[in-house]
Amino acid sequence: MMGGAHYLPATEEDRKAMMARIGIADVEELFADIPAAIRLSEDLRLPPALSELGLTTHMRKIAAQNLDVDSALCFLGAGSYDHFIPAVVSDLASRSEFTTAYTQYQAEISQGALQALWEYQSMICELTGLDVANASLYDGATALAEAMNMACGATGRKKVLISAGIHPLYRRVLATYAYDLGIQIEVIPLVNGVTDKQALLAAVNPETAGILLQSPNFFGCIEDMGGIAEEIHRQGGLLVLAVNPISLGILKPPGDYGADIAVGEGQMLGLGLNFGGPYLGFMAVREKWMRRMPGRIVGRTVDKEGNRGFVLTLQAREQHIRREKAYSNICSNEGLCALTAAIYLTAIGKQGLVNVATLCAEKAHYAAEQISALPGYSLEFSSPFFHEFVVRTPVPAKELQTKLLSRRIISGLDLAGLDCGFSGDSCDRMLFCVTEKRTKEEIDHLVAVLGGEE
Amino acid sequence: MNIPENLRYTKDHEWVRLEGNKAVVGITDFAQNELGDVVFVELPVIGKKLAAHDNLAVIESVKAVSDIFAPVVGTVSKVNEVLTDSPETVNQDPYGGGWIAELEMADSSAVDGLLSAAEYEALIKEKA
Repeated sequence: MMGGAHYLPATEEDRKAMMARIGIADVEELFADIPAAIRLSEDLRLPPALSELGLTTHMRKIAAQNLDVDSALCFLGAGSYDHFIPAVVSDLASRSEFTTAYTQYQAEISQGALQALWEYQSMICELTGLDVANASLYDGATALAEAMNMACGATGRKKVLISAGIHPLYRRVLATYAYDLGIQIEVIPLVNGVTDKQALLAAVNPETAGILLQSPNFFGCIEDMGGIAEEIHRQGGLLVLAVNPISLGILKPPGDYGADIAVGEGQMLGLGLNFGGPYLGFMAVREKWMRRMPGRIVGRTVDKEGNRGFVLTLQAREQHIRREKAYSNICSNEGLCALTAAIYLTAIGKQGLVNVATLCAEKAHYAAEQISALPGYSLEFSSPFFHEFVVRTPVPAKELQTKLLSRRIISGLDLAGLDCGFSGDSCDRMLFCVTEKRTKEEIDHLVAVLGGEE
Repeated sequence: MNIPENLRYTKDHEWVRLEGNKAVVGITDFAQNELGDVVFVELPVIGKKLAAHDNLAVIESVKAVSDIFAPVVGTVSKVNEVLTDSPETVNQDPYGGGWIAELEMADSSAVDGLLSAAEYEALIKEKA
């Protein structure tokens, strides 16, 4: 303990002065009120203290047990995606002016950060084809749950229809939100990897607050959106679409499908995998619903001299003004993650996003073709997909996972045990993801290992 | 301060105009003046059943956000859609074009329990 004493700010003299001031002779006297029976009477059972050098070596040894996407080939997605991040992204995002995780409230001192968030919002609007975006939410799952809450609030209804194609963990977050809000969730099953549209349309009625869909969905399949917005709008409900922003480089934006609210995970926009977080929830809505939208919104305005400026706006929706009547309890946002996404989108540009999305789709389709041509392997669904696909494996997926890991390949997700709605034994299904980072050689290597050639 | 004789009032600065078994509801001239420029009115859904003092609407001004309460028990039968695009009508014509919603009442005698123009005038004088 004494070895670390020079890191502690209070010297022995400081301590004596403080004790003298409050009239005690020993620090122990401060603990007199805690009964001896519940106090620890022996030293904590810890290994002996290490020197700084010894500790660094020890921690490196532990860290070396991690397998990361820089030292292994990643074919895993399922909500978190391994994309290439240009160096300029982290370089700019880690500038000290920006490194605060909290909303920059004070317009007087935060014009740069507010402008960056406003640019982020503008880009999310362009990507989604909707009118107003907020300054971010925690992650894709909570953004979707906030959208569900918004649909119920806007319609005064308590029933939502959600697709079984929505990420199973997102569906658990929805269930958690719904529990105390008294929202009833009806899950619409899938047919060939996409939402059973007939069942979905038949379930819509005048009590339906909204339809929640994800496209591409958890299984990578692209939902057929035709006619869905028309039907839910005819019945007075809202259409909520969760999307992968990278896919919007080549797929139609939610606004074109008639969605009222678009949400999604923004991790793939320049954020690392980060051990699962912090991530970035984005949300954009039609102007009609902007006052119902949770979270902070940065607006552009002019000051009294006519100069352009940025401020938080439409705050009347928020908890600090509407108190218990606020539509949502969300006050904060993922400021630094939103900034990172804005830098990423700016760095790669419009054509860059199209290129990334095209490469993802092409490489994933090549991988799917090659894998499904192997004896014993087949694709679970024949619906169109973006960059993820479910493979039926000839041996339990878990075995393949272990085999691939031993060759420093991070396999697709073993779908066993997830609430995916597969009938019977589901231990032979694997959800693969291929991003623009994978080369043809790497895909061929994966296929060779799966086929038992390597 | 404009306080029309023919209307009934609440302590929360709403006015009510009785039309048969319907109660047309808005906010008073005093209220709109206190709120300042109205920028948004959240209207209720038609068919919504309300008890007296339930939330009827929400008015957002440049200064504050305020709840508008149902002065009497009733069912929302009409809302003033004009306010969706022109919320400033509440400031310009609080007793006319700035009406908020119409409630259908089972028993219109509930309106008798509300304040008269003279009583409301006394109330706001007391506040001032």
